[in-house]
Amino acid sequence: MPKLRSFTNGLLRENPVLVLVLGLCPLLAVSNTAINALGMGIATTFVLTFSNLVISSTRRLIPEDLRIPVFVIVISTFVTVTDYFMAAYFPPLHRALGVFVPLIVVNCIILARAEAFAYRNSLIDSLLDGIGMGLGFILVIVTIGIIREVLGNGTIFGSSKFIFHPGLIMVFPPGAYLTIGFLMGILNIWNSRRRMKR
Amino acid sequence: MNEVSLFGIFVSALLINNIILMRFLGLCSFFGVSRHMEVSLGMSMAVIFVMTISSAVTWILYYFILLPLNLEFLKISTFILVIASLVQLEELFLKRYIPHLYRALGIYLPLVTTNCAILAVAFLHVDYNYAFIQTVVYALGVSLGYTVAIMLFTGIRMRLEIAPIPEPLKGYPTAFFIAALMSLAFLGFKGLFGL
Repeated sequence: MPKLRSFTNGLLRENPVLVLVLGLCPLLAVSNTAINALGMGIATTFVLTFSNLVISSTRRLIPEDLRIPVFVIVISTFVTVTDYFMAAYFPPLHRALGVFVPLIVVNCIILARAEAFAYRNSLIDSLLDGIGMGLGFILVIVTIGIIREVLGNGTIFGSSKFIFHPGLIMVFPPGAYLTIGFLMGILNIWNSRRRMKR
Repeated sequence: MNEVSLFGIFVSALLINNIILMRFLGLCSFFGVSRHMEVSLGMSMAVIFVMTISSAVTWILYYFILLPLNLEFLKISTFILVIASLVQLEELFLKRYIPHLYRALGIYLPLVTTNCAILAVAFLHVDYNYAFIQTVVYALGVSLGYTVAIMLFTGIRMRLEIAPIPEPLKGYPTAFFIAALMSLAFLGFKGLFGL
């Protein structure tokens, strides 16, 4: 597999969220502001990349039957590292993300990539796949975060207000469902247009 | 220990902080299995069963093993492994002793392992400092909240199967819009009983 391909796959063609509909919980729960969304995206990418790296480099030592528990232990180790690192250096962000930091461990994207990609591919490919998939996740979660923050609070990344009658509903839970629903609808229209052209 | 009354914990978990509509946990199964009433019911039963037992077990584990040994940092790894093996044990137990229930829940039990709500409740009762009884009541409230949300959602979704929906919005987008409206309705429970 060409190196560039394993990197760009995750960005759009196999975007983990929009195409594969994986990892919905953190996507909707912590995208109420762009900063929280970015923090969650980076944390997930970190765990994804390093667990891919470790699993890919030890894949010949992991017995086939025991692979899932091994994956889970590797992933949960990196999640623990992230959790404690965030609590030490970014306490406000850690408080805002709350239980969703430890829950990265059950983010289906990570286990799915370990199983489907890192366990079968070389170190470099797995590294690129981890970063690519992570960036795909960041792309979507930050987009949702920005939309919700602009419409719900009138700011971007906590800047000064530029919309003066924001609808608070977008910051509340219903806004998350509305945003992802519209995003997917738009993606469907775009896909069907493209198919028509062909 | 936390001082909130048991009733307060229960109502707050069931309605005010509904696990799906307000806290966004367990969404994969919520959107994945909510096409038919029987399937949703089976899944909810499995969630109630597993969540209550696993939160009780993780409570004991945390306060009697991890905390005395200063191993809190192993919380994430232990909880996920314990919950995964617990589900296996429960499956074996049901198969052997309550085959009737096993036939009803059988295929949903393995699915529950990957339900992030189960793990979340284990972390949350530690965060909230709940005592043992509070933890069990909290888990019951959360899982019943899951049941309420998924049953309502399935009902609406089944009705919408025969409704004319614009092509690009079929499937997931409509499901998200329904969830948005339900979540809006549940927002109205805020402040109920002064909670």
